[in-house]
Amino acid sequence: MSTFKASISALAISAASASSAFAEDLKIGMIVTLSGPPAALGQQIVDGFQLALEQKGGTLGGQATELVIEDDELKPDVALLKATSLIEKEDVDFVVGTVFSNMLQAIFKPVVASETFLISPNAGPSTFAGKNCNPYFFATSYQNNQNAEVSGMIANEEGFTNVFAMAPNYQAGRDNMDGFKQTFNGTVTDEVFTPLGHQDFSAELARLSTSDAEAMFTFMPGGMGVRLVKQFDAAGLAGNKKFMSVFTTDETTLPGQKDAAVGFLAAGTWAPDMDTEANTAFVTAFEEKYGYIPGSYAMQAYDTAMLIDSAVAKLGGDLSDKDAVRAAIKAADFNSVRGDFAFNNNHYPIQDFHMLNVAKREDGKFHTSFVRTIVENYEDSFHDDCRM
Amino acid sequence: MSLTLFLILVLNGIQYGILLFLIAAGLTLVFGVMGFINLAHGVQYMVGAYLVFAFYSMTGSFGLAMVLSLVTALAFGLFLEFFIFRHLYERSHLDQVLATFGIIIFLNELAKVVFGPTTLSIDPPEFLSGSVQLTEQLRYPVYRFATIIAGLVVAAALFAIVSYTRVGMLIRAGATSPEIVSALGVNIKRLFMIVFGVGAMLAGLAGVIAAPIFAIEPGMGDNILIVAFVVIITGGIGSIGGAFVAALLVGLIDTLGRSLSVELLSAVFSPSVANQIGPALASMLIYVLMAAILIFRPKGLLPARGVA
Repeated sequence: MSTFKASISALAISAASASSAFAEDLKIGMIVTLSGPPAALGQQIVDGFQLALEQKGGTLGGQATELVIEDDELKPDVALLKATSLIEKEDVDFVVGTVFSNMLQAIFKPVVASETFLISPNAGPSTFAGKNCNPYFFATSYQNNQNAEVSGMIANEEGFTNVFAMAPNYQAGRDNMDGFKQTFNGTVTDEVFTPLGHQDFSAELARLSTSDAEAMFTFMPGGMGVRLVKQFDAAGLAGNKKFMSVFTTDETTLPGQKDAAVGFLAAGTWAPDMDTEANTAFVTAFEEKYGYIPGSYAMQAYDTAMLIDSAVAKLGGDLSDKDAVRAAIKAADFNSVRGDFAFNNNHYPIQDFHMLNVAKREDGKFHTSFVRTIVENYEDSFHDDCRM
Repeated sequence: MSLTLFLILVLNGIQYGILLFLIAAGLTLVFGVMGFINLAHGVQYMVGAYLVFAFYSMTGSFGLAMVLSLVTALAFGLFLEFFIFRHLYERSHLDQVLATFGIIIFLNELAKVVFGPTTLSIDPPEFLSGSVQLTEQLRYPVYRFATIIAGLVVAAALFAIVSYTRVGMLIRAGATSPEIVSALGVNIKRLFMIVFGVGAMLAGLAGVIAAPIFAIEPGMGDNILIVAFVVIITGGIGSIGGAFVAALLVGLIDTLGRSLSVELLSAVFSPSVANQIGPALASMLIYVLMAAILIFRPKGLLPARGVA
């Protein structure tokens, strides 16, 4: 819908680009969802990326950078159209996208076929992690199943033996359900699939309250998560069932869930209160500029910008040799705000996963909070099938 | 499935149905009486929800916020009618669809600009928060009981007005033959305006009621509009009674179908197959219902008399 160009003009700071013989400005195309209910997720990615760009004075790797932002409207055909236009008309050097796995699937083929590097700041479907991995695709987020797999480990560590599992009926929902069942040692009492964008969870919650489960595991991103948490609270379940989730109680949904979510467990690679120097600096700068606490989406976008920065700097701005670009990205020679970060053979990250819970800050804002690390240098379960 | 669980499902179905009725009531009158396709009707539902959010944070009182929201929703409906819709009555259905679709896009974006893209929520009023213990394990939120009662009261009032008052008589007459009513000296334009404003207000009321349960986000009215159209077509266009029956039917079938489909299919198929097709089948049920009813009663369950 809205096609706006955030062109950050060359600030002549880039002495490196002036001296390099191959110097040419860097153009990055971004495809995220910026309309409809999930717009908040896309907005976080735009904000996180632009913060990094601003901190670098409008350059990445010493090159004056132009960022072209496109909205996929959460429609595969629109995403495909925008991606084709970015490659053919705008002639971008990198495509950064998307928020949702089904959008990534829509743009994947044309982008990698044009030998343009595609970096996903969020979507991490299993489809491109295994035997269909691609030399032109990188993910800076995670592999979709991993957070749910870690949730299964959390459930084991917390001593849950019966868990009620619920997810929306689409690819990522099923990925998360499978991920949880893969690592959880106890019994999944009920496996419930709801329509995507589900409004009324009372039927599912009634089933939960009559089941023997002591906890619920769920994956309900965006507005679905807000509704579920509020309705969970209104049904008076908070006292007797534990709530454990991925992408359900995060910084995009907590402003709506508020006190109803405090204490709920989650699995993730990062929390805004993780105590490292790089992270504190990122969160402080982000809040100052945008006035809200960043979620993992913003963090991943920030890291994506820093990754591109490191790769382009390494090459001195010369992106003509694709193999060299690939090697420079794969080196992941940047300081990730989440801590240790490396790329696996399938170009998905190897990183630590933690248990998080929802906390209320002194200023009344809500955020996810680091509790303890569950698994270190965790690899996804598909990389063995990838021949790269 | 225990009996109490089934009862809860029925309550949920009724509650969803009542919400649908509040939206469909305005839609069916506007469509039936004026022959006007208003896609922007769903957006009025969103407007209601955002209004109650804004007034609630301003005044801190849910009751006051509700009254203010309804007044504003009514005013907003009249505003839209006066400046935009009035000029579209004589135009083709395609023009109406395009214009009202434009309003959806505009208002959805406006909500995003004013309130931000994140999902918002409000708490139900203090005396309606909490839940009732039904059995040892099952609790049901008080607020949901309250919405059922409020919806039934509104439905009864609406039915009484349309059936037994002078305005109601004019609305019914206007639906049948607007030219004759106009020739008899009735200001048909003003009648349309009243119908439109009340319809907008009812959709706004649905939004107000839904806000504490379903959370508030841009585009929240888009999906419910489709279901509302299913309701008015199933019930018979222009018929309040039909909309009521169809709304409850759709609400119950949708809610029960979602919960029971997997269990019923498990009896025939393996659990994993049932889990695959159950949810997909459940979300089709209301459309199957609509098609089935239209085969046997092409004008809907309780067609308004006289509507061509």
